Amino acid sequence: MIGIVASIIDGVLIGSVYGLAAMGLTLIWGVMKVINLAHGAIIMLGMFMLYLIVTALGLPAYSATPVMIAVGFVLGVALYWIAVHRMIGRPELMSLLATFSVNMVLIGLGTAWWSTSPYNVPVSIAGVTWGRYTFTGTHITAAILAVLIAGLLYLLLYRTRVGKAIRAVANNRDAAELAGIPTTQVLSFAFGLGVALAGASGTLIATLFPFTVLSGEAYQLKSFVVTVLGGLGNPAGALLGGIALGLIEGLATPFMPVSWIPIVEFGLFVFCLIAFPRGIFAFSKA
Amino acid sequence: MWYRPFPWLIVGAALVYALLPYFTDNVQLRESLLLAAIYIILASNLNLMIGYAGYVNFGNIVFFGLGGYVCLYLVNDFQWPLVLAALVGGVAVSAVALLFGLGILRLRGAFFALATIGVNQAIAQLVTNFEPWGGATGIYLSLDAYGPLGGPLQALWITYLLIVALMAVSLLASYAIRNSKFGLGLLAIGQNEDAAAVLGVPTPLYKALIYSASAFLPAVAGGIYFFKSGIIEPTSAFNLQTSIEAIVMVMLGGAGTILGPALGAFLYEELRGYLLTAETFSHFQLVIAGVLLLLIVQFVPGGLMGLIYRRLPRMRKILE
Amino acid sequence: MSALLEVAHLSKRFGGLEAVSDLSFTLDEGEILGLIGPNGAGKSTVFNLVNGVHRPDSGSVIFQGTDITGEPPYRIVRLGLARTHQIVQPLAELSVLDNCTVGACFGRDNLSLAQGRTVVREVAELVGLSGRLEDPAGQLTTVGKKRLELGRALCSRPRLLLLDEVLAGLNPTETERMIEVIQKIRTRGVAILIIEHVMRAIMSLSDRIVVLNLGRRLAEGSPATVANDPKVIEAYLGDPKLLAAVEHS
Repeated sequence: MIGIVASIIDGVLIGSVYGLAAMGLTLIWGVMKVINLAHGAIIMLGMFMLYLIVTALGLPAYSATPVMIAVGFVLGVALYWIAVHRMIGRPELMSLLATFSVNMVLIGLGTAWWSTSPYNVPVSIAGVTWGRYTFTGTHITAAILAVLIAGLLYLLLYRTRVGKAIRAVANNRDAAELAGIPTTQVLSFAFGLGVALAGASGTLIATLFPFTVLSGEAYQLKSFVVTVLGGLGNPAGALLGGIALGLIEGLATPFMPVSWIPIVEFGLFVFCLIAFPRGIFAFSKA
Repeated sequence: MWYRPFPWLIVGAALVYALLPYFTDNVQLRESLLLAAIYIILASNLNLMIGYAGYVNFGNIVFFGLGGYVCLYLVNDFQWPLVLAALVGGVAVSAVALLFGLGILRLRGAFFALATIGVNQAIAQLVTNFEPWGGATGIYLSLDAYGPLGGPLQALWITYLLIVALMAVSLLASYAIRNSKFGLGLLAIGQNEDAAAVLGVPTPLYKALIYSASAFLPAVAGGIYFFKSGIIEPTSAFNLQTSIEAIVMVMLGGAGTILGPALGAFLYEELRGYLLTAETFSHFQLVIAGVLLLLIVQFVPGGLMGLIYRRLPRMRKILE
Repeated sequence: MSALLEVAHLSKRFGGLEAVSDLSFTLDEGEILGLIGPNGAGKSTVFNLVNGVHRPDSGSVIFQGTDITGEPPYRIVRLGLARTHQIVQPLAELSVLDNCTVGACFGRDNLSLAQGRTVVREVAELVGLSGRLEDPAGQLTTVGKKRLELGRALCSRPRLLLLDEVLAGLNPTETERMIEVIQKIRTRGVAILIIEHVMRAIMSLSDRIVVLNLGRRLAEGSPATVANDPKVIEAYLGDPKLLAAVEHS
């Protein structure tokens, strides 16, 4: 019994990080109706950022997260102008292929530099012990940071003018434009934000598990599952959805081989899309 | 359709393509033409989904790999003749595609695209764990299998001819579909699926049909290709990178046209051959493909055929 | 003679908003029924419920005696019910001819491409697109696109045509021309359910009017009756154009 509770708690911890990853994806979709197929590659970059910070620069592990947020934001804005800007308003196929091509470039460059070997960044932080179960320090710290960043996002979206502009553009771009909001700049800002969130989640995930250049793909799938669980365009739903997914994984892992988990998630993804088109946690109206 | 010149052009070109290495007795040429033909088959069938119906099948390689497995299994374990085994592979994979299609075709845009990747990965995983098909090692064809075709050397020529024939059929099928009522419905779906439904196009049925149809020829080709290779195993059979390159080929040549995918496949193969031999670039294959795709999508979304049609609008009448 | 279209107790909510609420009306063969109401009254939603784009939460839609409630749009067109959209939806990269051929081939009758093209040529003549058949639909002017919406729907040979603000964005000459086309369509025996904000036009075209407000039926009757109905006047905040329109027709 306690074992299951421990599993649940651990799942919630890891799930918070999934939620953070998904928030970036869902924000971009909500604001500009673009699905960022480079999302997984960005997460991968975050993972390698941690590696660089700790191994190459010898800095403390968790400093990678704020660094990646800054770097990710700049990268995101650049990617918006390079790949996404001209795709707004065009058929969805085009923006899919555009972000996908970015994915190809990033993975290709990553493979050239880091090959497909596994990397691991050992991070030691004291855990919390409860009876027979120890919750590793990395899990707890990652979850705390994920929720913290989510909180900061909330403050940004709901307590600043920029956030208001973002929400306005997400709601109705034409109306926002008429109200005098520079919508194109808002779009590039939002894209940068989405990439920053994805990258940040990568730095945290890398503290938990070993990774390769190709690991991002699995987390991209998880982000998609979380996004459909939580409702497209709904960052709060993304956090909850992430926790839900973490829970499901925690309960399922003892019972099936690791390589099957992505397939189960794929099935869940397709099922949720068909059964719950607006997400299980749909807070917003149609 | 045989009243128009274009189908005859395709047949003529295919004959030249088939006989060229034969009359020059050039085995290397045959091998590279075979590979190009395979890509043309993959690209032109993928085009039915991307260019006609507007759905990006990222996992299109799954048809090729699965068709290969069914064919090799029937040939190796049950001594079936090649052509029959390959055709049965085609039918079986189309049926499986129909089944999956009914589920995932309810999804739009990127979700459908991701789902197709999921289908590829799921099937690759299943096959890797499926002992009758050799699990992770795969199936090794015994040399006896080439007996009915007159021995391994002759088999290489015969399989080449079969592949070229499939290539011609792919192009002819693209042409026939495009000029049919079914094709018009598909194009309408590709332009605006909701508007097409309001106009009476039975969208769920048409999407399922074209998804299934787009699986058939690649599956048959997979059967013949892997028969020629003599071995099939999960990593190469379900290689996502090949899938992605097929998409680049379609976009490069011009999605929605008939010659486009063929042109794109041919050019991309040439580019790839060059890159692989130039040492500096071999690591960057994916990067270059990505940059190419990005440039095409941003600046030349109609691909090469799009450019040609813009300069010479009359060509459209002849080539489609 | 039973009605061509019977809408009974139709309701639909989106999230917290009740878009259409307990709406009932009928439409007879050969009739032009106008649907008016302030913005947000639910008019386009009614169209979406009738032609299958959305499923009503409750209520029924009966067309030619057949219950079509919740049927998908492509089946409803087969039965002879076509519609145009307020925001035009051309199949942009296809030619005008191909656009209309889709309508013709997948419409009420199962036509071949050749048969469909014959229908298209005839309809194009009627709506004024004959000279534009080879042009890509995306390159048409606003009025061209409106004509395409109308022509495409007409090509499916409907018994009932749903027109959603076909006159929006047209100048007076174009509006007159379009009104003529609509009248010609009626003389061919096609019934029409029309949503319009150009009051003068809808008042003069319609045999009867149904007024919607906040998803509910506010009034129903001849144009004159409706225009003088105090509830209607209040809903439109005493829109002088409304009264003027009726006085002119």
